[in-house]
Amino acid sequence: MKYVSLLLALAGMLACSVVVAAASPEQDRQHLIEVYKKELPNVKFDDYVHGALALNKDALEQYQSIMEMPPWLDVLDKGKKLWETPFKNGKTYADCFPNGGKDVAGNYPQYDRKLKKVVTFDMALNLCREQNGEAPYDLSDVKTMGTLEAYARTLSDGMKMNIKVDGPGALAAYNKGRDLFYSRRGQLNFACATCHVDNAGKRVRVELLSPTIGQATHWPVFRGTGKLTTLQRRYQQCQKNVRAVPFKIGSEEYNDLEYFHSYMSNGLPLQASVWRK
Amino acid sequence: MASYPMRIRARARDGVADIKVLIEHPMETGLRKDASGKLVPIHFIQNVVATCNGKTVLNAQWSQAISKNPFLGFKIKGGKPGDKVNVSWVDNEGMKGSIDATVEKA
Amino acid sequence: MDSVRRTFLKMAGAAGGLAVAMATGLVRIGEAVAAWDKAAFGQKSAKAAVSDIGAASAVESKDIHIKAPEIAENGAVVPVEVTSNIPNTESISIVAEHNPYPLTAIFTFENGTEGYVSTRIKMGKSAPVKAYVKAGGKYYVASRDVKVTIGGCGG
Repeated sequence: MKYVSLLLALAGMLACSVVVAAASPEQDRQHLIEVYKKELPNVKFDDYVHGALALNKDALEQYQSIMEMPPWLDVLDKGKKLWETPFKNGKTYADCFPNGGKDVAGNYPQYDRKLKKVVTFDMALNLCREQNGEAPYDLSDVKTMGTLEAYARTLSDGMKMNIKVDGPGALAAYNKGRDLFYSRRGQLNFACATCHVDNAGKRVRVELLSPTIGQATHWPVFRGTGKLTTLQRRYQQCQKNVRAVPFKIGSEEYNDLEYFHSYMSNGLPLQASVWRK
Repeated sequence: MASYPMRIRARARDGVADIKVLIEHPMETGLRKDASGKLVPIHFIQNVVATCNGKTVLNAQWSQAISKNPFLGFKIKGGKPGDKVNVSWVDNEGMKGSIDATVEKA
Repeated sequence: MDSVRRTFLKMAGAAGGLAVAMATGLVRIGEAVAAWDKAAFGQKSAKAAVSDIGAASAVESKDIHIKAPEIAENGAVVPVEVTSNIPNTESISIVAEHNPYPLTAIFTFENGTEGYVSTRIKMGKSAPVKAYVKAGGKYYVASRDVKVTIGGCGG
Protein backbone atom coordinates (compact mmCIF):
# COMPACT_ATOMS: atom_id res chain seq x y z
CA MET A 1 0.00 0.00 0.00
CA LYS A 2 2.74 2.35 1.03
CA TYR A 3 4.62 1.37 -2.13
CA VAL A 4 1.69 2.26 -4.38
CA SER A 5 1.32 5.67 -2.82
CA LEU A 6 5.06 6.20 -3.27
CA LEU A 7 4.66 5.41 -6.98
CA LEU A 8 1.77 7.83 -7.32
CA ALA A 9 3.74 10.53 -5.56
CA LEU A 10 6.71 10.01 -7.84
CA ALA A 11 4.52 9.98 -10.96
CA GLY A 12 3.01 13.24 -9.83
CA MET A 13 6.42 14.70 -9.25
CA LEU A 14 7.61 13.78 -12.73
CA ALA A 15 4.80 15.90 -14.10
CA CYS A 16 6.40 18.86 -12.34
CA SER A 17 9.82 18.51 -13.92
CA VAL A 18 8.91 20.17 -17.20
CA VAL A 19 11.93 20.14 -19.44
CA VAL A 20 12.59 23.21 -21.54
CA ALA A 21 12.94 22.17 -25.16
CA ALA A 22 15.90 23.26 -27.28
CA ALA A 23 18.09 24.40 -24.39
CA SER A 24 21.84 24.17 -24.96
CA PRO A 25 23.92 21.60 -23.06
CA GLU A 26 25.35 24.34 -20.90
CA GLN A 27 21.87 25.63 -20.12
CA ASP A 28 20.81 22.09 -19.20
CA ARG A 29 23.73 21.81 -16.83
CA GLN A 30 23.09 25.17 -15.24
CA HIS A 31 19.42 24.30 -14.82
CA LEU A 32 20.37 21.16 -12.88
CA ILE A 33 22.81 23.12 -10.73
CA GLU A 34 19.93 25.39 -9.73
CA VAL A 35 17.64 22.41 -9.04
CA TYR A 36 20.19 20.80 -6.73
CA LYS A 37 21.00 24.05 -4.95
CA LYS A 38 17.38 24.01 -3.80
CA GLU A 39 17.02 20.26 -3.26
CA LEU A 40 20.38 19.69 -1.59
CA PRO A 41 21.26 23.03 -0.03
CA ASN A 42 23.91 21.56 2.25
CA VAL A 43 25.95 19.82 -0.44
CA LYS A 44 28.88 21.77 -1.89
CA PHE A 45 29.39 21.58 -5.65
CA ASP A 46 32.74 19.78 -5.26
CA ASP A 47 31.09 17.08 -3.15
CA TYR A 48 28.72 16.00 -5.91
CA VAL A 49 31.43 13.57 -7.02
CA HIS A 50 30.64 11.51 -3.93
CA GLY A 51 27.03 11.05 -5.02
CA ALA A 52 24.79 9.57 -2.34
CA LEU A 53 27.76 9.48 0.04
CA ALA A 54 27.68 13.27 0.20
CA LEU A 55 24.22 12.95 1.73
CA ASN A 56 25.18 10.60 4.55
CA LYS A 57 28.15 11.15 6.87
CA ASP A 58 28.06 7.57 8.19
CA ALA A 59 28.34 6.23 4.63
CA LEU A 60 31.03 8.72 3.64
CA GLU A 61 33.16 7.68 6.63
CA GLN A 62 32.96 4.04 5.57
CA TYR A 63 33.99 5.09 2.07
CA GLN A 64 36.99 7.02 3.42
CA SER A 65 37.98 4.07 5.60
CA ILE A 66 37.90 1.62 2.69
CA MET A 67 39.70 4.07 0.38
CA GLU A 68 42.68 4.20 2.80
CA MET A 69 43.66 0.83 1.41
CA PRO A 70 41.09 -0.45 -1.07
CA PRO A 71 40.55 -4.19 -1.63
CA TRP A 72 41.23 -4.10 -5.39
CA LEU A 73 44.80 -2.94 -5.85
CA ASP A 74 45.54 -6.20 -7.62
CA VAL A 75 43.09 -5.28 -10.40
CA LEU A 76 44.89 -2.00 -11.06
CA ASP A 77 48.17 -3.90 -11.33
CA LYS A 78 46.60 -6.15 -13.95
CA GLY A 79 45.23 -3.10 -15.72
CA LYS A 80 48.65 -1.48 -15.72
CA LYS A 81 50.11 -4.57 -17.33
CA LEU A 82 47.40 -4.50 -20.02
CA TRP A 83 48.09 -0.82 -20.63
CA GLU A 84 51.86 -1.15 -20.81
CA THR A 85 52.21 -4.38 -22.78
CA PRO A 86 52.97 -3.49 -26.41
CA PHE A 87 50.78 -4.64 -29.28
CA LYS A 88 52.19 -7.14 -31.76
CA ASN A 89 53.45 -4.21 -33.84
CA GLY A 90 55.41 -2.80 -30.90
CA LYS A 91 53.20 0.22 -30.22
CA THR A 92 51.33 0.82 -26.95
CA TYR A 93 48.10 2.50 -25.88
CA ALA A 94 50.14 5.54 -24.85
CA ASP A 95 50.94 6.10 -28.53
CA CYS A 96 47.25 6.49 -29.39
CA PHE A 97 46.52 9.34 -27.01
CA PRO A 98 47.96 12.81 -26.49
CA ASN A 99 50.24 13.11 -23.46
CA GLY A 100 50.84 9.38 -23.42
CA GLY A 101 47.29 8.90 -22.14
CA LYS A 102 47.63 11.23 -19.18
CA ASP A 103 44.69 13.59 -18.53
CA VAL A 104 42.63 12.45 -21.51
CA ALA A 105 39.73 10.45 -20.04
CA GLY A 106 37.87 13.59 -18.93
CA ASN A 107 37.41 14.49 -22.59
CA TYR A 108 35.28 11.40 -23.18
CA PRO A 109 32.72 10.69 -24.43
CA GLN A 110 33.33 12.84 -27.48
CA TYR A 111 31.56 13.12 -30.81
CA ASP A 112 33.59 11.77 -33.71
CA ARG A 113 32.66 13.67 -36.89
CA LYS A 114 34.25 11.10 -39.20
CA LEU A 115 32.54 8.12 -37.59
CA LYS A 116 29.39 10.24 -37.06
CA LYS A 117 28.85 8.84 -33.58
CA VAL A 118 29.70 9.27 -29.93
CA VAL A 119 32.96 7.60 -28.89
CA THR A 120 33.30 6.65 -25.24
CA PHE A 121 36.66 6.17 -23.56
CA ASP A 122 36.49 2.39 -23.76
CA MET A 123 35.57 2.63 -27.45
CA ALA A 124 38.63 4.85 -27.91
CA LEU A 125 40.76 2.15 -26.26
CA ASN A 126 39.30 -0.40 -28.66
CA LEU A 127 39.91 1.89 -31.65
CA CYS A 128 43.52 2.04 -30.54
CA ARG A 129 43.64 -1.75 -30.50
CA GLU A 130 42.13 -2.03 -33.97
CA GLN A 131 44.40 0.66 -35.43
CA ASN A 132 47.32 -1.44 -34.22
CA GLY A 133 46.15 -4.74 -35.60
CA GLU A 134 44.58 -6.16 -32.45
CA ALA A 135 41.05 -7.50 -32.00
CA PRO A 136 38.81 -5.20 -29.94
CA TYR A 137 37.86 -6.21 -26.41
CA ASP A 138 34.30 -7.07 -25.44
CA LEU A 139 33.06 -3.86 -23.79
CA SER A 140 31.10 -5.84 -21.21
CA ASP A 141 34.07 -7.97 -20.13
CA VAL A 142 35.45 -6.63 -16.85
CA LYS A 143 38.50 -8.88 -17.03
CA THR A 144 39.75 -7.21 -20.21
CA MET A 145 38.16 -3.86 -21.10
CA GLY A 146 36.93 -3.13 -17.58
CA THR A 147 40.34 -3.78 -16.06
CA LEU A 148 42.20 -1.87 -18.78
CA GLU A 149 39.85 1.09 -18.51
CA ALA A 150 40.02 1.11 -14.69
CA TYR A 151 43.81 1.54 -14.90
CA ALA A 152 43.78 3.91 -17.89
CA ARG A 153 41.47 6.29 -16.06
CA THR A 154 43.87 6.52 -13.12
CA LEU A 155 46.16 8.43 -15.49
CA SER A 156 43.45 11.08 -15.65
CA ASP A 157 42.55 11.07 -11.97
CA GLY A 158 41.57 14.56 -10.85
CA MET A 159 41.21 15.89 -14.39
CA LYS A 160 38.21 18.23 -14.71
CA MET A 161 35.47 16.68 -16.85
CA ASN A 162 35.56 18.48 -20.15
CA ILE A 163 32.88 17.12 -22.48
CA LYS A 164 32.39 19.14 -25.66
CA VAL A 165 29.26 19.30 -27.78
CA ASP A 166 30.23 21.15 -30.97
CA GLY A 167 28.30 21.03 -34.20
CA PRO A 168 24.94 19.65 -35.30
CA GLY A 169 25.95 15.97 -35.23
CA ALA A 170 27.21 16.23 -31.68
CA LEU A 171 24.17 18.19 -30.56
CA ALA A 172 21.81 15.62 -32.09
CA ALA A 173 23.54 12.79 -30.24
CA TYR A 174 23.58 14.79 -27.00
CA ASN A 175 19.85 15.48 -27.35
CA LYS A 176 19.12 11.78 -27.93
CA GLY A 177 20.93 11.03 -24.69
CA ARG A 178 19.10 13.79 -22.90
CA ASP A 179 15.74 12.53 -24.14
CA LEU A 180 16.54 9.03 -22.91
CA PHE A 181 17.43 10.49 -19.53
CA TYR A 182 14.15 12.37 -19.23
CA SER A 183 11.75 9.83 -20.71
CA ARG A 184 9.75 7.39 -18.66
CA ARG A 185 10.33 3.70 -19.20
CA GLY A 186 9.54 0.32 -17.86
CA GLN A 187 6.74 -1.11 -15.77
CA LEU A 188 7.42 1.39 -13.05
CA ASN A 189 7.30 4.20 -15.61
CA PHE A 190 10.24 6.07 -14.16
CA ALA A 191 12.72 8.24 -16.02
CA CYS A 192 16.32 8.58 -14.82
CA ALA A 193 15.24 12.09 -13.91
CA THR A 194 12.42 10.84 -11.69
CA CYS A 195 14.92 9.60 -9.14
CA HIS A 196 18.03 11.61 -9.88
CA VAL A 197 16.53 15.03 -10.55
CA ASP A 198 13.10 15.24 -8.93
CA ASN A 199 13.95 13.12 -5.90
CA ALA A 200 17.68 13.51 -5.37
CA GLY A 201 18.40 13.35 -1.67
CA LYS A 202 15.30 11.32 -0.91
CA ARG A 203 15.22 7.57 -0.37
CA VAL A 204 13.87 4.74 -2.48
CA ARG A 205 13.43 2.05 0.15
CA VAL A 206 16.75 2.27 2.02
CA GLU A 207 18.81 3.81 -0.78
CA LEU A 208 19.58 7.52 -1.00
CA LEU A 209 19.18 8.97 -4.49
CA SER A 210 22.24 10.75 -5.85
CA PRO A 211 22.07 13.92 -7.97
CA THR A 212 22.88 13.62 -11.69
CA ILE A 213 25.72 16.11 -11.46
CA GLY A 214 28.84 14.27 -10.39
CA GLN A 215 27.60 10.79 -11.23
CA ALA A 216 29.63 10.27 -14.39
CA THR A 217 32.94 11.31 -12.78
CA HIS A 218 33.65 8.12 -10.88
CA TRP A 219 33.36 5.08 -13.13
CA PRO A 220 34.14 2.23 -13.28
CA VAL A 221 33.52 1.65 -9.57
CA PHE A 222 34.60 -1.17 -7.34
CA ARG A 223 31.65 -2.49 -5.39
CA GLY A 224 31.70 -4.19 -1.99
CA THR A 225 34.82 -6.31 -1.72
CA GLY A 226 36.13 -5.18 -5.11
CA LYS A 227 33.71 -6.13 -7.88
CA LEU A 228 34.41 -3.94 -10.92
CA THR A 229 31.33 -2.30 -12.45
CA THR A 230 31.30 -0.01 -15.48
CA LEU A 231 28.98 2.95 -16.02
CA GLN A 232 26.98 1.31 -18.78
CA ARG A 233 26.61 -1.85 -16.68
CA ARG A 234 25.12 0.46 -14.03
CA TYR A 235 22.75 1.92 -16.63
CA GLN A 236 21.55 -1.64 -17.27
CA GLN A 237 21.08 -2.29 -13.56
CA CYS A 238 19.14 0.95 -13.10
CA GLN A 239 16.90 0.13 -16.06
CA LYS A 240 16.21 -3.30 -14.60
CA ASN A 241 15.37 -1.62 -11.28
CA VAL A 242 12.51 0.25 -12.96
CA ARG A 243 11.59 -2.96 -14.81
CA ALA A 244 12.61 -1.67 -18.20
CA VAL A 245 14.39 -3.73 -20.83
CA PRO A 246 18.01 -2.56 -20.73
CA PHE A 247 19.96 -1.56 -23.82
CA LYS A 248 23.21 -3.31 -24.71
CA ILE A 249 26.52 -2.11 -23.38
CA GLY A 250 28.13 -0.18 -26.22
CA SER A 251 24.77 0.57 -27.85
CA GLU A 252 24.19 3.93 -29.49
CA GLU A 253 21.48 4.61 -26.90
CA TYR A 254 23.85 4.18 -23.97
CA ASN A 255 26.68 6.03 -25.70
CA ASP A 256 24.42 9.01 -26.32
CA LEU A 257 23.16 8.81 -22.75
CA GLU A 258 26.71 8.70 -21.43
CA TYR A 259 27.51 11.74 -23.61
CA PHE A 260 24.69 13.77 -22.06
CA HIS A 261 25.31 12.31 -18.61
CA SER A 262 29.03 13.13 -18.66
CA TYR A 263 28.43 16.69 -19.89
CA MET A 264 26.32 17.22 -16.78
CA SER A 265 29.47 16.55 -14.72
CA ASN A 266 31.61 19.09 -16.57
CA GLY A 267 33.90 21.05 -14.28
CA LEU A 268 34.09 18.31 -11.65
CA PRO A 269 37.26 16.24 -11.20
CA LEU A 270 37.32 12.71 -12.58
CA GLN A 271 37.54 10.14 -9.76
CA ALA A 272 39.44 7.01 -10.73
CA SER A 273 38.93 3.79 -8.79
CA VAL A 274 36.42 4.53 -6.10
CA TRP A 275 34.52 2.28 -3.73
CA ARG A 276 30.80 1.96 -3.57
CA LYS A 277 28.60 -0.42 -1.58
CA MET B 1 49.80 -22.49 -7.49
CA ALA B 2 47.42 -19.75 -6.44
CA SER B 3 48.99 -16.45 -5.57
CA TYR B 4 47.67 -14.02 -3.01
CA PRO B 5 49.28 -10.62 -3.58
CA MET B 6 49.79 -8.39 -0.58
CA ARG B 7 50.23 -4.67 -0.09
CA ILE B 8 51.80 -2.92 2.87
CA ARG B 9 52.26 0.66 3.92
CA ALA B 10 54.44 1.39 6.96
CA ARG B 11 54.82 4.98 8.11
CA ALA B 12 56.16 6.39 11.36
CA ARG B 13 55.35 9.63 13.08
CA ASP B 14 55.90 10.76 16.68
CA GLY B 15 57.29 7.44 17.81
CA VAL B 16 54.49 5.28 16.42
CA ALA B 17 54.66 3.22 13.24
CA ASP B 18 51.28 2.95 11.51
CA ILE B 19 51.09 -0.26 9.48
CA LYS B 20 48.41 -1.01 6.89
CA VAL B 21 48.26 -4.35 5.10
CA LEU B 22 45.98 -5.72 2.41
CA ILE B 23 45.90 -9.37 1.37
CA GLU B 24 44.10 -10.43 -1.81
CA HIS B 25 42.50 -13.59 -0.37
CA PRO B 26 39.01 -14.96 -1.06
CA MET B 27 38.13 -15.54 2.64
CA GLU B 28 35.36 -17.96 1.66
CA THR B 29 32.82 -18.66 4.40
CA GLY B 30 31.73 -21.97 2.94
CA LEU B 31 28.21 -20.49 2.68
CA ARG B 32 28.55 -18.97 -0.78
CA LYS B 33 27.30 -20.70 -3.93
CA ASP B 34 29.16 -20.33 -7.20
CA ALA B 35 27.54 -19.66 -10.59
CA SER B 36 26.60 -23.32 -11.01
CA GLY B 37 24.91 -23.44 -7.60
CA LYS B 38 27.64 -25.41 -5.84
CA LEU B 39 28.84 -24.37 -2.40
CA VAL B 40 32.35 -22.91 -2.52
CA PRO B 41 34.44 -24.63 0.17
CA ILE B 42 35.51 -22.72 3.25
CA HIS B 43 38.92 -21.14 2.65
CA PHE B 44 40.17 -18.37 4.90
CA ILE B 45 43.26 -16.97 6.59
CA GLN B 46 43.47 -18.30 10.15
CA ASN B 47 46.64 -16.72 11.47
CA VAL B 48 48.55 -13.52 10.83
CA VAL B 49 51.83 -12.69 12.54
CA ALA B 50 53.60 -9.35 12.32
CA THR B 51 57.17 -8.75 13.41
CA CYS B 52 59.26 -5.63 13.79
CA ASN B 53 63.03 -6.08 13.55
CA GLY B 54 62.46 -9.78 14.12
CA LYS B 55 60.34 -9.42 17.28
CA THR B 56 56.69 -10.45 17.17
CA VAL B 57 54.42 -7.45 17.66
CA LEU B 58 51.06 -8.83 16.61
CA ASN B 59 49.60 -12.32 16.57
CA ALA B 60 46.13 -12.51 15.05
CA GLN B 61 43.61 -15.33 14.78
CA TRP B 62 40.91 -14.76 12.18
CA SER B 63 37.58 -16.38 11.42
CA GLN B 64 35.99 -16.72 8.00
CA ALA B 65 33.99 -13.60 8.88
CA ILE B 66 36.91 -11.29 8.16
CA SER B 67 36.10 -9.66 4.81
CA LYS B 68 37.34 -10.88 1.46
CA ASN B 69 40.60 -9.21 0.43
CA PRO B 70 41.21 -8.57 4.11
CA PHE B 71 42.63 -5.39 5.55
CA LEU B 72 44.66 -5.14 8.74
CA GLY B 73 45.82 -1.96 10.43
CA PHE B 74 47.92 -1.85 13.58
CA LYS B 75 50.42 0.43 15.32
CA ILE B 76 53.87 -0.23 16.73
CA LYS B 77 54.77 1.94 19.67
CA GLY B 78 58.36 3.09 19.31
CA GLY B 79 58.37 2.26 15.60
CA LYS B 80 60.66 4.49 13.58
CA PRO B 81 61.88 4.95 10.00
CA GLY B 82 64.24 2.17 9.01
CA ASP B 83 62.56 -0.51 11.13
CA LYS B 84 61.95 -3.76 9.26
CA VAL B 85 58.39 -5.04 9.38
CA ASN B 86 57.16 -8.41 8.19
CA VAL B 87 53.57 -9.62 7.99
CA SER B 88 52.98 -13.31 7.34
CA TRP B 89 49.86 -15.42 7.22
CA VAL B 90 48.65 -18.97 6.87
CA ASP B 91 45.17 -20.16 5.86
CA ASN B 92 43.10 -23.23 6.70
CA GLU B 93 44.44 -25.02 3.61
CA GLY B 94 48.02 -24.43 4.65
CA MET B 95 48.67 -21.75 2.02
CA LYS B 96 50.99 -19.00 3.17
CA GLY B 97 51.96 -15.48 2.31
CA SER B 98 54.45 -12.95 3.54
CA ILE B 99 55.46 -9.35 2.86
CA ASP B 100 58.30 -7.17 4.08
CA ALA B 101 58.49 -3.42 4.45
CA THR B 102 60.86 -0.81 5.78
CA VAL B 103 59.14 1.84 7.85
CA GLU B 104 59.19 5.25 6.20
CA LYS B 105 58.72 8.69 7.62
CA ALA B 106 55.05 9.73 7.54
CA MET C 1 59.34 -15.20 21.33
CA ASP C 2 58.94 -16.14 24.97
CA SER C 3 55.36 -14.89 25.19
CA VAL C 4 54.39 -16.88 22.09
CA ARG C 5 55.87 -19.98 23.65
CA ARG C 6 53.99 -19.26 26.87
CA THR C 7 50.72 -18.87 24.98
CA PHE C 8 51.34 -22.15 23.17
CA LEU C 9 52.10 -24.00 26.39
CA LYS C 10 49.10 -22.45 28.14
CA MET C 11 46.73 -23.59 25.37
CA ALA C 12 48.31 -27.03 25.25
CA GLY C 13 48.10 -27.39 29.01
CA ALA C 14 44.49 -26.29 29.12
CA ALA C 15 43.21 -29.42 27.46
CA GLY C 16 45.98 -31.99 27.22
CA GLY C 17 49.28 -31.51 25.42
CA LEU C 18 50.05 -32.68 21.92
CA ALA C 19 46.50 -33.83 21.08
CA VAL C 20 45.13 -30.31 21.40
CA ALA C 21 48.13 -28.93 19.55
CA MET C 22 47.02 -30.90 16.50
CA ALA C 23 43.33 -30.08 16.93
CA THR C 24 43.90 -26.35 17.09
CA GLY C 25 46.02 -26.43 13.95
CA LEU C 26 49.30 -25.26 15.33
CA VAL C 27 51.53 -24.13 12.58
CA ARG C 28 54.74 -22.23 12.06
CA ILE C 29 54.76 -18.78 10.56
CA GLY C 30 58.38 -17.81 10.27
CA GLU C 31 59.83 -18.00 13.75
CA ALA C 32 56.45 -17.74 15.52
CA VAL C 33 54.08 -20.55 16.33
CA ALA C 34 50.46 -19.72 15.63
CA ALA C 35 47.55 -21.39 17.40
CA TRP C 36 43.97 -21.20 16.22
CA ASP C 37 41.24 -21.48 18.84
CA LYS C 38 39.02 -23.97 17.02
CA ALA C 39 36.63 -24.33 19.96
CA ALA C 40 35.92 -20.64 20.39
CA PHE C 41 35.70 -19.89 16.67
CA GLY C 42 33.35 -22.84 16.25
CA GLN C 43 30.81 -21.59 18.78
CA LYS C 44 27.45 -20.52 17.38
CA SER C 45 26.47 -18.61 20.46
CA ALA C 46 28.25 -15.37 21.33
CA LYS C 47 27.99 -16.21 25.02
CA ALA C 48 29.77 -19.55 24.55
CA ALA C 49 32.47 -18.04 22.35
CA VAL C 50 33.12 -15.29 24.88
CA SER C 51 33.28 -17.86 27.63
CA ASP C 52 35.75 -19.94 25.62
CA ILE C 53 38.18 -17.06 25.29
CA GLY C 54 37.93 -16.49 29.03
CA ALA C 55 36.00 -13.22 28.89
CA ALA C 56 32.74 -14.34 30.51
CA SER C 57 33.06 -11.86 33.37
CA ALA C 58 34.28 -8.92 31.30
CA VAL C 59 33.41 -5.52 32.77
CA GLU C 60 32.19 -2.64 30.64
CA SER C 61 34.83 -0.03 29.98
CA LYS C 62 34.58 3.45 28.54
CA ASP C 63 38.27 3.27 27.69
CA ILE C 64 37.58 1.03 24.72
CA HIS C 65 36.56 2.92 21.62
CA ILE C 66 34.91 1.08 18.72
CA LYS C 67 34.67 2.94 15.41
CA ALA C 68 32.08 1.15 13.28
CA PRO C 69 29.26 2.41 11.08
CA GLU C 70 25.76 3.02 12.34
CA ILE C 71 24.39 1.47 9.18
CA ALA C 72 26.76 -0.70 7.17
CA GLU C 73 26.92 0.22 3.48
CA ASN C 74 27.67 -3.40 2.65
CA GLY C 75 27.49 -6.25 5.15
CA ALA C 76 30.37 -7.99 3.37
CA VAL C 77 32.83 -5.27 4.27
CA VAL C 78 32.14 -3.42 7.50
CA PRO C 79 35.13 -1.35 8.70
CA VAL C 80 35.75 -1.87 12.42
CA GLU C 81 38.46 -0.03 14.34
CA VAL C 82 39.12 -0.70 18.04
CA THR C 83 41.27 1.50 20.24
CA SER C 84 41.96 0.43 23.81
CA ASN C 85 43.23 3.08 26.18
CA ILE C 86 43.44 0.58 29.01
CA PRO C 87 47.08 0.27 30.13
CA ASN C 88 48.88 -2.97 29.29
CA THR C 89 46.37 -4.09 26.73
CA GLU C 90 47.32 -7.66 25.78
CA SER C 91 44.60 -8.52 23.28
CA ILE C 92 41.49 -7.32 21.51
CA SER C 93 38.83 -9.83 20.44
CA ILE C 94 35.99 -8.87 18.13
CA VAL C 95 32.57 -10.52 18.38
CA ALA C 96 29.70 -9.89 15.94
CA GLU C 97 26.89 -11.16 18.12
CA HIS C 98 24.43 -12.32 15.46
CA ASN C 99 26.87 -13.85 13.02
CA PRO C 100 26.63 -17.62 12.42
CA TYR C 101 29.93 -17.88 14.29
CA PRO C 102 30.16 -14.75 16.42
CA LEU C 103 33.86 -14.77 17.33
CA THR C 104 35.47 -12.93 14.43
CA ALA C 105 39.04 -12.27 15.46
CA ILE C 106 41.54 -12.29 18.32
CA PHE C 107 44.43 -9.85 18.10
CA THR C 108 47.26 -10.35 20.59
CA PHE C 109 49.77 -7.56 21.08
CA GLU C 110 53.38 -8.10 22.08
CA ASN C 111 56.52 -6.10 22.57
CA GLY C 112 54.85 -2.74 22.93
CA THR C 113 52.40 -2.74 20.07
CA GLU C 114 49.56 -0.33 20.78
CA GLY C 115 46.15 -1.67 21.78
CA TYR C 116 44.74 -0.75 18.41
CA VAL C 117 43.47 -2.67 15.45
CA SER C 118 41.60 -1.84 12.27
CA THR C 119 39.98 -4.39 10.00
CA ARG C 120 36.88 -5.11 7.92
CA ILE C 121 34.37 -7.79 8.85
CA LYS C 122 31.38 -9.55 7.37
CA MET C 123 28.08 -9.21 9.18
CA GLY C 124 25.10 -11.43 8.46
CA LYS C 125 22.61 -9.10 10.10
CA SER C 126 22.23 -6.13 12.39
CA ALA C 127 23.97 -6.81 15.67
CA PRO C 128 26.04 -5.39 18.48
CA VAL C 129 29.73 -5.57 17.63
CA LYS C 130 31.65 -6.15 20.85
CA ALA C 131 35.32 -5.64 21.56
CA TYR C 132 36.75 -7.67 24.44
CA VAL C 133 40.02 -6.30 25.74
CA LYS C 134 42.38 -8.31 27.90
CA ALA C 135 44.61 -6.08 30.03
CA GLY C 136 46.53 -6.88 33.15
CA GLY C 137 45.02 -10.36 33.16
CA LYS C 138 41.40 -9.09 33.27
CA TYR C 139 38.77 -8.66 30.55
CA TYR C 140 36.91 -5.49 29.62
CA VAL C 141 34.24 -4.95 27.00
CA ALA C 142 32.59 -2.25 24.89
CA SER C 143 29.76 -2.56 22.40
CA ARG C 144 28.52 -0.75 19.33
CA ASP C 145 25.32 -1.48 17.43
CA VAL C 146 25.75 -1.86 13.67
CA LYS C 147 22.70 -2.09 11.42
CA VAL C 148 22.95 -4.20 8.30
CA THR C 149 20.39 -3.93 5.51
CA ILE C 150 21.83 -6.63 3.27
CA GLY C 151 23.93 -9.26 5.03
CA GLY C 152 27.40 -10.07 3.76
CA CYS C 153 28.13 -13.64 4.66
CA GLY C 154 27.67 -14.91 1.13
CA GLY C 155 24.30 -16.59 1.27
